[in-house]
Amino acid sequence: MSNNLTIPISDDAIRCLHVGDSVLLSGIMITGRDAVHKWLADTFIKKTREPVGDDLEIYRAIKPILNGGLIYHCGPVVGGLDTRQYRFVAAGPTTSIREEPYQGDVMRHFNLKGVIGKGGMGPKTLKACQEVPGVYFHAIGGAASLIAESVKKVMGVYKLDFGVPEAIWVIDVKDFPVVVTMDSHGNSLHDVVKQQSKVVLERLLA
Amino acid sequence: MRDLTQEILELVRLTSTNLSPDVEEALQKALAQEEPGTAARGAMETIMTNVEMTRRNSTPICQDTGTPIFFVRSPDGWSPRELGEQIRNAVAHATKMTYLRPNAVDSLNGKNTGNNLGDQHFPTIHFEEINERPLSIELILKGGGCENVGAQYSLPDDRLQAGRDLEGVRKCVLDAVYKAQGEGCAPGFLGVAIGGDRGTSFVASKEALLRKVEDTNPREDLAALEERITKEANQLGIGPMGFGGKSTVLGTKITSTYRLPASFYVTVSYMCWAFRRRRMIVQDDQVKYE
Repeated sequence: MSNNLTIPISDDAIRCLHVGDSVLLSGIMITGRDAVHKWLADTFIKKTREPVGDDLEIYRAIKPILNGGLIYHCGPVVGGLDTRQYRFVAAGPTTSIREEPYQGDVMRHFNLKGVIGKGGMGPKTLKACQEVPGVYFHAIGGAASLIAESVKKVMGVYKLDFGVPEAIWVIDVKDFPVVVTMDSHGNSLHDVVKQQSKVVLERLLA
Repeated sequence: MRDLTQEILELVRLTSTNLSPDVEEALQKALAQEEPGTAARGAMETIMTNVEMTRRNSTPICQDTGTPIFFVRSPDGWSPRELGEQIRNAVAHATKMTYLRPNAVDSLNGKNTGNNLGDQHFPTIHFEEINERPLSIELILKGGGCENVGAQYSLPDDRLQAGRDLEGVRKCVLDAVYKAQGEGCAPGFLGVAIGGDRGTSFVASKEALLRKVEDTNPREDLAALEERITKEANQLGIGPMGFGGKSTVLGTKITSTYRLPASFYVTVSYMCWAFRRRRMIVQDDQVKYE
């Protein structure tokens, strides 16, 4: 059985989620991966660089979307680049662990209720999930065309100069299928599987 | 010399959108192994639905269409330079058609070229001139998630207690699968090279992935090791997407290559479940795809 959740997501709804729950997500979210996380952290959180160009304008535009919202770790294949009638052709998750240095701070800064990605994340993000609170939603890696079908509309794009995969795409999704693998209660399926497989590995290498 | 740009474009389309039968069969078997109602089973069902959908709609199986890696074996009469140009034109065209995501990024300034044409290494093209016909062009689209979990070991490795023998190789490969967890989009396929220098070892490990999933290594000792590693990797219980489950590795292919007395590398290239590789063969006027 799946839970249906609509963005913005309340703290109560987040606390009701547990590792293993299947969820269908709907609402407006943004994509953001390596370049976006570094840009957010450097410019607005650690402030090691000054905002330039359209930085502040974009920050103000995405702030309300992120408040109670989600970031999707995704670098899509996008059609309609010539006409700007954008459509997502393929849009599965990218590996999330690369955002581990930034994710927790980004969650706290924007009151982000979670991230969607694949492969899970580490202790810093798990801690942020407990504090904010938030969760890690795992999408099925490689199921890109299927997931693209749940993207009903591309609302717009920022930072296209980062390149198509790295840009901030604002998307409206309906019934995006995910599984909770890290929850706001300190549980991580990834920690459990890693621990169990480590025991087996040690036996196989002995 | 004949212009094969359109035929190579078809190779790229086929590779990106239509999973080859041997890989699909391996995924079907993996699905059947997972318990109904588990997250692992759900992941495999989603994967199979996506595979059918992309074949029908001619859309990319995965949005990360990866590094295009071409292996060209050309007889006399085919100019590698011209074939290289045709491949690059086909790749740029395939990007425009959204069979490929623009993936070539300048490492220094972060700029994406937008058409998958970078420098002489992107797309990657390996040429080999051969005596006999036909001309064959093989393509692997290798995504970044699985490439990032590839690994290279230098033996002996004290931490793993791995010496310079097949037992040492086994330990390295299992360690790489454990470290990858679900990050390489398990269930995966392993290409392993023993020997070489660091560079040739990685190339050889990718060449090993060109073998059919169900074939058997002609060397008995390597065939036995391939089977054992696949079996033991599945005992790790990492499962589809790292959700836990029975299917972690669906095939292991091992090759060996000459090395220096001082070096003994074990190189593991991890290929995600979306194992996109296809071959085209040009014989007289006929072009065949496998």
